[in-house]
Amino acid sequence: MSDIHLDDAVLAALQDVMEDEYPILLDTFVADSEERLRLLHQAQAEDDAQGLRLAAHSFKGSCSNMGAVLLASLCKELEDAGRREALDLAPALIEQVEREFAIVRILFKSERQRYRL
Amino acid sequence: MSERLAILIAEDNAADRMLLSTIVSRQGHRVLTASNGLEAVALFEQERPHLVLMDALMPVMDGFEAARRIKDQAGEALVPIIFLTSLTEGEALVRCLEAGGDDFLAKPYNRVILEAKIGAMDRLRRLHDTVLQQRDLIALHNEHLLHEQRVAKAVFDKVAHSGCLDAPNIRYMQSPYALFNGDLLLAAYKPSGGMHVMLGDFTGHGLPAAIGAMPLAEVFYGMTAKGHALAEILREINAKLKRILPVGVFCCATLLNISSKRGLLEVWNGGLPDGYLLHGDGRPRQPLVSRHLPLGILEPAAFSDRCEVYPLAPGDRIFLLSDGVLEASDQHGQLFGEKRLLRLLEANRQPQALFEEIQQALVTFRGEQQDDVSMVQVGLAEDDERPRPLAFADSGQSSVMDWSASFEFRALSLRHFNPLPYLLQLLLDVQALRPRGGELYTVLAELYSNALEHGVMGLDSSLKQDASGFAEYYRERRLRLASLRDGYVRFHLQMLPEANGGRLIVQVEDSGPGFDPARVIDTADDALSGRGLALVRELSDGFSRCPDGRGVSVEFCWSAEA
Repeated sequence: MSDIHLDDAVLAALQDVMEDEYPILLDTFVADSEERLRLLHQAQAEDDAQGLRLAAHSFKGSCSNMGAVLLASLCKELEDAGRREALDLAPALIEQVEREFAIVRILFKSERQRYRL
Repeated sequence: MSERLAILIAEDNAADRMLLSTIVSRQGHRVLTASNGLEAVALFEQERPHLVLMDALMPVMDGFEAARRIKDQAGEALVPIIFLTSLTEGEALVRCLEAGGDDFLAKPYNRVILEAKIGAMDRLRRLHDTVLQQRDLIALHNEHLLHEQRVAKAVFDKVAHSGCLDAPNIRYMQSPYALFNGDLLLAAYKPSGGMHVMLGDFTGHGLPAAIGAMPLAEVFYGMTAKGHALAEILREINAKLKRILPVGVFCCATLLNISSKRGLLEVWNGGLPDGYLLHGDGRPRQPLVSRHLPLGILEPAAFSDRCEVYPLAPGDRIFLLSDGVLEASDQHGQLFGEKRLLRLLEANRQPQALFEEIQQALVTFRGEQQDDVSMVQVGLAEDDERPRPLAFADSGQSSVMDWSASFEFRALSLRHFNPLPYLLQLLLDVQALRPRGGELYTVLAELYSNALEHGVMGLDSSLKQDASGFAEYYRERRLRLASLRDGYVRFHLQMLPEANGGRLIVQVEDSGPGFDPARVIDTADDALSGRGLALVRELSDGFSRCPDGRGVSVEFCWSAEA
């Protein structure tokens, strides 16, 4: 399943690198992403454009490493908005990020279960 | 497979950190991880990893600041820092480089590229290490070399400073490290008064050029102190250098024998540029031209010790220089040359300003300072009546005190051999006589030259009235000496211990016809009248003539010191 949500080739490569630790990496990504989302909300609430930019930047980096292609590009839009201090764009983008992350999280959970079998 | 490295990963994102450290450790390296810049700096301090993978944007302390601090701590060592970034703007990448970053790695990570970059940075790091090590090694060798030169120079200075370069009639200019340019300047008082001066220039540079200076100086000082003539010293130096120096190493040199008392200059020049005898009264200068091969080239049998002799008047001075002056070249490779030097000598009005004038001309000519120039000016010493302290090589602790001996030197010896150093060495074994070595030598030299020149050879010293007569006298002396078939000079020595010291009695007689003591009193032309006699009287403790006029007797007394 190679689609805009998760790149299968990337997942295969990760599995190859991480071997037994592959599921831990998946768990770590999910836990870390929840933290990034929390930081995004906090930055928005505090009108902190710089904080928004940094959180989005970091989130974007790990998404690209994990093959979450669409999520990475949404994070990039958010990062750009933060850099431009266009905070008015933030609520809509964060919502999109949250929706996409919900999908990615489900995909990773099933990936994790598939791996266990 | 490259060497196993310790690699510090600084990344705030847990998933990225985990992924990266797994990739890096799978490649065989030891991984240290930090989740922000501050942790990274602390970990670097503690573990000194070889290489750092650094995220640019991190909480607490960002990657730029952490990179700066790590580079500071690393000091001279190269610790490559690869920035992990998905930053795309040029400005941010420039910031990474400005903070000391050496490369970038973009997210998402690519294992192959990461491995290649770590390999490349490791090569760079090791190259840098090698350069540092070699630089330190070179610095160490250089320090070692300088130390050796300092030691060599200290040893040499001890030898060289036993001489009299600080005499008031000598002015010289030399770089403190001239020794390592092969330049050598020596001066020593003779026991008879007057001095020997030598300017030498060994081939080559550095220690090889300096090494020959040591034995040369020993011979020069040792033999001068014992009263050997310049010709004998030249022969010995040449033979010694020939024996000990490798082929191709030799010493261009000018040696001077200055006898102020007799108003006489002897010059031997082998391979140095012309020196000059500059007259105080405005007569044209006399070039002192090289007539010989340098010292250390010819076998003793082929060596010529033939010196040129010139009269020396008060106000005259001798100027010698090394080839560093003439061979200084300007930017176009043109040499300073003799013409420029002669113009300077011509224009010079104040003798004490000559060196500075030459130095200034050289600087103007070359456009920069140079340190391989040696120059010396020697004048006639004002007060040269009193012999100066001599430098001895041994300590003179053991001496025989009660003896007598007679020597007869016959024609063949008189032609080729100077008996004075031989006798002096015997007498100066007596320690109590050493402080008076110069006086003893002067007295013996007066008596001997009187016995030889006037007694045995019948020379008339009234010839020595003017410069041409002077030359005539010495030409005649050389001729008569070379064809001497008969005659002798005898020395009778008695060393007598006394209650509180001792006494030396020296009788000198010759084969000449003798002279009428009554006549001696009122002639001024005899070496033993006038100044000569006054000097012998003053320096010895007793003086008398034998009734037949063919001999004289002098005494030296001393009392034991406490």
